[in-house]
Amino acid sequence: MKVLVGIKRVVDYNIKIRVKQDQSGVELDNVKMSMNPFDEIALEEAVRQKEAGKIEEIIAVSIGPQAAQETLRTALAMGADRAILIKSDEVNEPLCIAKALKKIVEKEHVNMVFLGKQAIDDDCNQTAQMLAALLNWSQGTFASHLKLESQSAEITREIDGGLQTLSVKLPAVMSVDLRLNEPRYASLPNIMKAKRKPIEEMELAQLGIDTSRRLEVLKVEKPSPRKAGQKVQTVDELVDHLKAAHLL
Amino acid sequence: MAILLLAEHDNHSLSEQTAKALSAAHEIDDDIDILVCGYKAQGVATSAARLRGVRTVFLAEADYLEHQLAEAVSATILTFGKAYDTFMAAATANGKNILPRVAAQLDVMQISDIIGIQSKDTFMRPIYAGNAIETVRSKDTKKVITVRSSAFLAMGEGGSAKIETIEPASDPQLTTFLNETREINERPELTSARIIVSGGRAFASQEQFMSLLVPLAKQLNAAIGASRAAVDAGYAPNDWQVGQTGKIVAPELYFALGISGAIQHLAGMSDSKIIIAINKDREAPIMQIADYALEGDIFELIPLLQKALSQ
Repeated sequence: MKVLVGIKRVVDYNIKIRVKQDQSGVELDNVKMSMNPFDEIALEEAVRQKEAGKIEEIIAVSIGPQAAQETLRTALAMGADRAILIKSDEVNEPLCIAKALKKIVEKEHVNMVFLGKQAIDDDCNQTAQMLAALLNWSQGTFASHLKLESQSAEITREIDGGLQTLSVKLPAVMSVDLRLNEPRYASLPNIMKAKRKPIEEMELAQLGIDTSRRLEVLKVEKPSPRKAGQKVQTVDELVDHLKAAHLL
Repeated sequence: MAILLLAEHDNHSLSEQTAKALSAAHEIDDDIDILVCGYKAQGVATSAARLRGVRTVFLAEADYLEHQLAEAVSATILTFGKAYDTFMAAATANGKNILPRVAAQLDVMQISDIIGIQSKDTFMRPIYAGNAIETVRSKDTKKVITVRSSAFLAMGEGGSAKIETIEPASDPQLTTFLNETREINERPELTSARIIVSGGRAFASQEQFMSLLVPLAKQLNAAIGASRAAVDAGYAPNDWQVGQTGKIVAPELYFALGISGAIQHLAGMSDSKIIIAINKDREAPIMQIADYALEGDIFELIPLLQKALSQ
């Protein structure tokens, strides 16, 4: 079985972001960037399935600027076999990303696509579902457990009331949730080895898909700040305040 | 020009999230129909028809729709909904699972998790875990929108829409439901509760989490939430998690007990009307945003709080 893992380069999750003065977006210059945490989990799962003998080849793919190559190197160091960088200097929407991934799926004849359930920058939670729709494949979203067979996958999903397990016919698209696994750190020997693994590069514009933005960003603002609260010294004082405000 | 709103339900009862998404829909257009996809869900359709401002409730029933799997529900939306120009759902696990599949098949971009509506095509939504708010204008002719329900008030009852049964699309046979485990929860539902008491890593064990928080929640008739740290440590089930990757809540009162207030948690609760934090660490981020911050040990203060509340 051959799988594709989607990797997005995003602002590191520990960074407190700053909104640009002109409200055109979020400051990305000189900000630490990393692999989207959900994508790390998707990749880790693919590597574990490969180690268990269920997967033969893992292809990591990223759509983004030239600098996304570093993120793909990390993916190779974690255990991907090879990588594809689809270069684009624009911010691409999930619909466009899903169309680009579809092209790669068709070219590489993969059996399954592993994606994070959402990117921590745009918080869209769309790409996996859109890709599954475009391919007319089954989807297993928000996965917290995977049992991979040759023709199907048993996917346990996190839903609002608890957990749901589905049998998903392959080929399929899976999006992963945080609890699926704990991603490994790439070891130094693996980082060295990753330097020799191939990264194929192509231009998004050459894939022959519509890359135009459907959502025009009019502005990006800071959320309105909460007004400063007060310190209370005792539980009684707290309860008095709440009662006085008719909250209890 | 009309909106098709997908009902959020469990085949027995209609979730309040639908009423909240409905009031968001009303800010866009007045012609709103509700689609109920399920199995033996007549009661859900009846509840939906009672909501104010609904034109017609369409009920699609089939055994393969019982668990509202994305492939089957999106197929029904697409075959039935050709005439609609806007498709909406609450941004629940179901809404998030199903609507992007509809959007891609219509070749439009979904607008996820809207918290504000400026006009028929311009919406506000949080990005970067709620640390920025983006205003976007959709250029697509058809719109697919999920609604962050905590940002809208629930539409009340008093309507009497007619209910029509429709033929669902045939089973795509791509996925099969195997089983489901649901957390038994006697407390009010997290996303619609007026009061939430939420616990973090400081509880140190599942026993202490349950023995301290459950009685307090009962006393306040509150729902119980948890931080990701508490869930990951196994103190609380994962559907109690409040945060960017869990549930987004906006109650009147939010008690953050032994929670530091990581960005990922704040993204899920910072729209609460009043936030109360009890924490040993006065420098914890939650103490900076809390309306009332009390420094101290939760193991001492929660029993004192219970005593003070009973007086």
